[in-house]
Amino acid sequence: MNALASAKDTEMVETTTSASPNRVIDIENLSLTFETNDGPVHALSDIDLKIEEGDFVSFIGPSGCGKTTLLRVIADLEKPTAGHISVNGVSPEEARLNRAYGYVFQAAALYPWRTIAKNVALPLEIMGLSAAEQRDRIARNMELVNLTGFEKKYPWQLSGGMQQRASIARALAVEPDLLLMDEPFGALDEIVRDHLNEQLLQLWAKTNKTVVFVTHSIPEAVFLSTKIVVLCPRPGRIYDVIESDLPRDRSLDIRETPEFLKIAHRVREGLKAGHSYED
Amino acid sequence: MTDVPLTQPRSTNPFSGLMSGTVGPVTVVVLAIIAIWYIAAVALNTPFQKDIYERAGQSDVAVSQMVTDTLFQERPVLPAPHQVIVEIWETTVEKKITSKRSLVYHTGITLSSTLMGFLIGTTLGILLAIGIVHSRVLDKSLMPWIISSQTIPILAIAPMIIVVLNAVGISGLLPKAMISTYLSFFPVTVGMVKGLRSPEVMHMDLMHTYSATRLQAFWKLRLPYAVPYLFTSMKIGMAASLVGAIVGELPTGAVAGLGARLLAGSYYGQTVQIWSALLMAAFLAGSLVALIGVLEKLTLKRMGMAQ
Amino acid sequence: MSTMTAPKRRLDMPALLAWFVVAMVVVGLFSPIFGPDYGIMDVPRLALCLVILAIAGVRYELGFMRNLVGDLILGLVTAIAAWLLIATVTNHAGEATLGFWALTAATWASAWLFVERLAVWKSASPTAQRIINLAIPAMFGITLLVLWQLIVTGAGVPKVLLPAPSEIWVRLTNSVPTLWADFQQTFLKAVLAGYIIGCGSAFIVAILVDRVPFLRRGLLPIGNLVSALPIIGVAPIMVMWFGFDWPSKAAVVIIMTFFPMLVNTVSGLAASDAMQRDLMRTYASNYWQTLLKLRLPMAMPFIFNALKINSTLALIGAIVAEFFGTPIVGMGFRISTEVGRMNVDMVWAEIAVAALAGSLFYGIVALLERAVTFWHPSVRGGRA
Ligand SMILES: Nc1ncnc2c1ncn2[C@@H]1O[C@H](COP(=O)(O)OP(=O)(O)OP(=O)(O)O)[C@@H](O)[C@H]1O
Ligand SMILES: [Mg+2]
Repeated sequence: MNALASAKDTEMVETTTSASPNRVIDIENLSLTFETNDGPVHALSDIDLKIEEGDFVSFIGPSGCGKTTLLRVIADLEKPTAGHISVNGVSPEEARLNRAYGYVFQAAALYPWRTIAKNVALPLEIMGLSAAEQRDRIARNMELVNLTGFEKKYPWQLSGGMQQRASIARALAVEPDLLLMDEPFGALDEIVRDHLNEQLLQLWAKTNKTVVFVTHSIPEAVFLSTKIVVLCPRPGRIYDVIESDLPRDRSLDIRETPEFLKIAHRVREGLKAGHSYED
Repeated sequence: MTDVPLTQPRSTNPFSGLMSGTVGPVTVVVLAIIAIWYIAAVALNTPFQKDIYERAGQSDVAVSQMVTDTLFQERPVLPAPHQVIVEIWETTVEKKITSKRSLVYHTGITLSSTLMGFLIGTTLGILLAIGIVHSRVLDKSLMPWIISSQTIPILAIAPMIIVVLNAVGISGLLPKAMISTYLSFFPVTVGMVKGLRSPEVMHMDLMHTYSATRLQAFWKLRLPYAVPYLFTSMKIGMAASLVGAIVGELPTGAVAGLGARLLAGSYYGQTVQIWSALLMAAFLAGSLVALIGVLEKLTLKRMGMAQ
Repeated sequence: MSTMTAPKRRLDMPALLAWFVVAMVVVGLFSPIFGPDYGIMDVPRLALCLVILAIAGVRYELGFMRNLVGDLILGLVTAIAAWLLIATVTNHAGEATLGFWALTAATWASAWLFVERLAVWKSASPTAQRIINLAIPAMFGITLLVLWQLIVTGAGVPKVLLPAPSEIWVRLTNSVPTLWADFQQTFLKAVLAGYIIGCGSAFIVAILVDRVPFLRRGLLPIGNLVSALPIIGVAPIMVMWFGFDWPSKAAVVIIMTFFPMLVNTVSGLAASDAMQRDLMRTYASNYWQTLLKLRLPMAMPFIFNALKINSTLALIGAIVAEFFGTPIVGMGFRISTEVGRMNVDMVWAEIAVAALAGSLFYGIVALLERAVTFWHPSVRGGRA
């Protein structure tokens, strides 16, 4: 497995020169300033970040530190005011036009006039997939988030958690190599959240997707990630990047191990430092 | 007629710059409308102008001459804006107000029945709304009729109401005002019901914990909440009331008012007179609605709901 | 308002109404029914009416059978009483005196009492609840018609002033061909053509305007202003331009329906929220896909609002435009000429047709709205 990966590595290095071959996201000196009525807001300043293929990266930080903004820059929903960013080796806009990623918003954002199945089908319709292919993907992804049997329901007939799961299924249905998730499990209870965390990990391990994940929860970040990015506010910048050495296939029990707690501790220290900066 | 302003989006324009407000675009659009009006006037009046030249035996008239002539006809198909303005000027400023040919006189007649109908309609609408909010039976039995009463083209009865009331000796303002009343009570009722019901459950519960009477809850909670709704629906009601007054002046016998001017103009083919009455009516509607807008601002400010 | 002071248990609205019924029955018993000189005993049918009303009122006061069966009997009593009154008064038109009015008032109060009782009925099955919710306004309407009939015949109101519903009905059934011709001319030609063209063109213009932000900002305030103007005043001009026949009426309808539709569609197209638009952006969806899949569905509640407003405006516009000149057919034409001839019952028949057409038109649009915007909180009700 390792040998395979490295073989692939060397092969690619020969063809491409600059960035590492399977570098999915490459951010250099990136800054973003919002011009508002009462002066500029420095949402992001001097961000440097590399994300490799197969990484699971979490953004964590106090509210308002720019996590969502950074994710939106990657998704080409926001334009940086300075610096450089590439996604899959091209500009975020090109990546978006290539439909390189799936995005899960902080809220479910389902369309009330479409059934759950039709909501999941929305991106597939836009991509112009065949009806059979659409049906296949809907069934598969609804199954994945445990919503089989709710295809014909409307979003407003489901609970908030189910709606959020439907929106995850919608993002997965695109079958992107890159998944951008903005606090996807924020509105769910602990049990459902644990369950979905496990499923997300399994999916990630199975498909070798790259995931960028925003969260407020330290255990969640540590449990899921191979790399944790701690941000701090005013101006929004990276305070710490923690590479996790936990094994790739983990179960929920890992949360009691000393390694886990050590990483969690370091994240907590980073968060605290970020907060003290504020005052 | 019912919900238009209620559904207006709050204008939230994140952009700034010269043409990004509303003033710039609106000015441009208004200028464009005036330009189109002139072009249309020339186009529509040309055939008749050609007729005139033919009859007069003039065959080779310069284009510029013809264009000017089309804009100054006595009874044009479409009068040019300046002709209408001149007519309005002559019939307002240069005529005595008491004169039958003064537009101010006719506007005054229409205005008074509009206002009377509006006042009665608003009062009626508010009372109905209070009843509906406080009584289940009224809510269930009256509300559907209030809504379907508006699907009836009531303006169609306007002439009959006028004629019939005249027959029993009621004439003058009241019959016209009744039509305005009918048209204006509806938006007020619907808006007020919405408004009186708009306090959140939590606030009503709070009143309950104070064991406030229904009267206290009404004065201290429901009414303040309903005020913004009231003003919005009063604007619609005022516009409807003016329509009612004008249509009330159309049928047989009416000699004064903007509606009568329209009718007289159409009998004698006085297009300039029609357009000036129309423009006056538009101006009246605009200023009445604007007046309510000012009242709204002042009231909300005093109530602390707006800066 | 009596309902606003906290009512004591025994003196609530139904109890008051029942007392009122009893009081009116007593008045009816001791005063002359019809002039010159009819007492209650001279008119057996009214005596029966009085008796059943008295029983119904007293029964409620005593608290006997305050249940479903009792309420149904109350409804039946009210219906019989109303029928007896109507049947009697036709023979004594214009001769009603105090006793008759007392009985009329008693019948009215017992109808109200019945509706009060209906309103507190709760049914588990939604269809039954639906029927009750329809029955209440229907009862209200029927009561209104009955009162109209009784007052107009009883007091002998001259026909030119206000004909009785029965007279209007007779006239209506006798002049079906005329009414149908008028309906065709005004509704099927002018209203429908104008409505479709007006709403359709406004919709298309709204979509075009929406693509140019500059136009949108310039046109929206003007459209709002124009919606408040008495546009109906253009009717004489349209008649001059397009002649006496229906196209000129359709033109009036087009202008009247255009602006509400334009303003509402433009507002509706702007109604989608930022997150939903971002979602479409992440799919790299193009303009038309976003329009079809997000913005148009989102705009539907606004569009239907305009369609409903316009359905009433269209009929009004066409009828009023006919006051300015028509061929000798059309609802507006008929109304204005028959008013001139003092044929008020024909006018009312025409108005009944217009009211029916207007309500049906509105109803169909409202049903369509329910079908299309089933997902909207205001339609699906309850949970937001
Ligand atoms: N469109 C905008 N205009 C102006 N300022 C903005 C805008 N969007 C975000 N900001 C500002 O940028 C900063 C970062 O916002 P962002 O939404 O990225 O925070 P966040 O880390 O996602 O917070 P949370 O955890 O609460 O979601 C905040 O101070 C916010 O006020
Ligand atoms: Mg956020």
